[in-house]
Amino acid sequence: MPAEIENSRFATTGRSRKGEPLVWLTAAGLAVGVIMALGLFLLILVKGASSFWPKRIELFEVKRGETSEMIAGYVTQTQERKDAEGKPVEELQIFRGNKDVSGEAFIYVDVRDIVSRSAPEKLLLFERLTYGPAIGEAVAIETKDGRTEAAAADFMGKLDALISKSEEIRAKALYIERKQIGKISAEIEEIGFDLKADRITEANAAARKAELEKQFATLKAEADGLNDGMAATNIIYRIADGRERPLPSGQLLSVYTPNSTGFFGRLGEALRRAWHFLKEDPREANTEGGVFPAIFGTVVMTLVMSLFVTPFGVIAAVYLREYAKQGLMVRIVRICVNNLAGVPSIVFGVFGLAFFVYFVGAGIDDTFYSEKLPTPTFGTPGILWASLTLALLTLPVVIVATEEALSAVPRGVREAALACGASKWQTIQRIVLPASLPGILTGVILAMARGAGEVAPLMLVGVVKLAPTLPIDGIAPFIHAERKFMHLGFHIYDLGFQSPDAEAAKPFVYATALLLILVVVTLNLTAILIRNRLKKRFAVSSF
Amino acid sequence: MSASSQVPEKAPRPDFIRVEDFSFHYGEKQAIFGIDMAIPENEITALIGPSGCGKSTLLRNMNRMNDLIDGVRHEGDIRLDGVSLYDPSVEVISLRKRVGMVFQKYNPFAKSIYENVVFSLRVAGRNGKRELDETVERALRDSALWDEVKDRLHDSAFGLSGGQQQRLCIARAIANRPEILLMDEPCAALDPLATLKIEELITTLKNRYTIVIVTHNMEQATRCSDRTAFLYMGKLIEYGKTVQIFENPKQEQTESYITGRFS
Repeated sequence: MPAEIENSRFATTGRSRKGEPLVWLTAAGLAVGVIMALGLFLLILVKGASSFWPKRIELFEVKRGETSEMIAGYVTQTQERKDAEGKPVEELQIFRGNKDVSGEAFIYVDVRDIVSRSAPEKLLLFERLTYGPAIGEAVAIETKDGRTEAAAADFMGKLDALISKSEEIRAKALYIERKQIGKISAEIEEIGFDLKADRITEANAAARKAELEKQFATLKAEADGLNDGMAATNIIYRIADGRERPLPSGQLLSVYTPNSTGFFGRLGEALRRAWHFLKEDPREANTEGGVFPAIFGTVVMTLVMSLFVTPFGVIAAVYLREYAKQGLMVRIVRICVNNLAGVPSIVFGVFGLAFFVYFVGAGIDDTFYSEKLPTPTFGTPGILWASLTLALLTLPVVIVATEEALSAVPRGVREAALACGASKWQTIQRIVLPASLPGILTGVILAMARGAGEVAPLMLVGVVKLAPTLPIDGIAPFIHAERKFMHLGFHIYDLGFQSPDAEAAKPFVYATALLLILVVVTLNLTAILIRNRLKKRFAVSSF
Repeated sequence: MSASSQVPEKAPRPDFIRVEDFSFHYGEKQAIFGIDMAIPENEITALIGPSGCGKSTLLRNMNRMNDLIDGVRHEGDIRLDGVSLYDPSVEVISLRKRVGMVFQKYNPFAKSIYENVVFSLRVAGRNGKRELDETVERALRDSALWDEVKDRLHDSAFGLSGGQQQRLCIARAIANRPEILLMDEPCAALDPLATLKIEELITTLKNRYTIVIVTHNMEQATRCSDRTAFLYMGKLIEYGKTVQIFENPKQEQTESYITGRFS
């Protein structure tokens, strides 16, 4: 009986009952969208995060005809393959490192051929500057003065000391090479330009050049000395097939004991790898090392883009909404702006290349950097042109959002301002713009999200696979707007599809994708926080 | 700096605002048909009439607020102290500094109470702290809001109640010492108690400002105003002393409207 009462009380009429399937349909549509977005994010999160997780290294004995081969490595993938008779065969993809020995870092092994599997604790993973990781057991440390065998009690302590010492020396050598030698090369280059522009006499130039070259040679010798010192100490390790190999200490980045480390040790190792991924420069055609220049490039480019797009978009929208006589012309302009948002981004790239790089950039070179020609300064793709191109690309987003925000400011408030004797501009500046600031920022947030993830146009106007220098650094004039830069989005493409070793790069693709998402989310969250603070300050009453 | 010293001691001008054969069109639609009336200085004049009769339009022409609408035009003239509002030498901005306005729906800015009051001074480029402070106190005292808000002048204006917000709008309108105060149904969005407060306030402001008020509320017109004009279908039907209009209307239309028998 109670159910009947409930039913009669809340019974829906025939009409609204008919509408219910539509409610389900709309909810299903939303659910599909949410599931797709979440699924994508979870996939990237799991794959990206797990790429840092250190795996146990196993020793496989694999049958090869009459003999057998020893392989040390970790399983990266299990896949099925059809053999000659069409029967499915399970196959392991094993990462065995030691690319300098075998040429291929990965090997595929038929499960039926595996004679034995074990995980000896003595197997180590050496991270190296070149050729990717080496897997093997340590034998000894060889220096000029003698040899410490792996059996020695303090062997691991000595190894760690060696690693931190060579890290120090590498940093020192890098500083000399990058900063000091870089500065001298720039000065030598400058002398050439001065000579060309007749600012100094030839004798003077020669004298200064000689002086600088002497300094250059001293520094070079110092850097070489540091590197040679590191080459004198070798770590001897034995790979799975029994061969012993030397590893110069300068090459060694870290040693990890995968099979004797517990959960927290592995967690620490994972965090260390993630941290190095964030802070280091890429190595080995981007498949090793970190992505710091790409993070830096992405953030700088996005911020510079917002710096350009916000004022232009807001000014354009203010004119369109507040000053322009609302008529056919304004409607046409508005349609054009909206259509601009639908133009494929590569078209913007082509435009940016033709207009910014070849026209504006070349013009700047002709006027201000003529002594450097034919080497272009601004007449070549760079971060400034990339930012401007993306600003153009995201302009419609800001214009549309700003127009909407402006039209949402109640008429009563404008009239009140005018009635107080404010001019139209004062009304806009003091009342309308502050009130629409949250809406404008929403537009900027959308523009940033769009711009940060854009890759196609960047490939034409400034992104490179590997940029030797950052667009902002410690060498005057500190901000180098003409420099090429690295970008996380392009980095993903480069790792996944342009890499010489696609298998080795795969975990990095996920990790970089995760990072790109995190960077975009961070940028957006910052903007949203700013917007919410402003919203509180400039809240408009509902009437 | 008391308010009385500001107003010169001379007889109020009987035709301070002169509406001369004034007609007004919104595009094709004519809203006002040749109205003639003289509004005396320092008195409260109420404009009454049914919705759409043109009373708000007339009011909004007195500070040329209707200029903002596209496609409007007017005939005839409105003179303020003998000078036409439409004279090319009259700047709209300086006109609006002489003619303050309070709107039907309270519309404070998204600023602090203090900044709301001094807005008209700020846009006029007067930023001296002493002058601003004095203006805030005077305007808020005049609009009977000072005691309620003096401790939170720098809080958001949206924290005030509806009646307080409307009184803040009045303070904002009188901060710049206009000569005329236009009020477009100032109590339409307020509860009876807040309405009463605003009405008291209007009565106290009368000695210093010439007030023109549009109202739908007959009692309000009787309580506050010295003169009443009844408009109907864009025409001025009857205009005279409030007592006369309500006790002894000459026109039949006026009588049926004020007694509520209007159809």
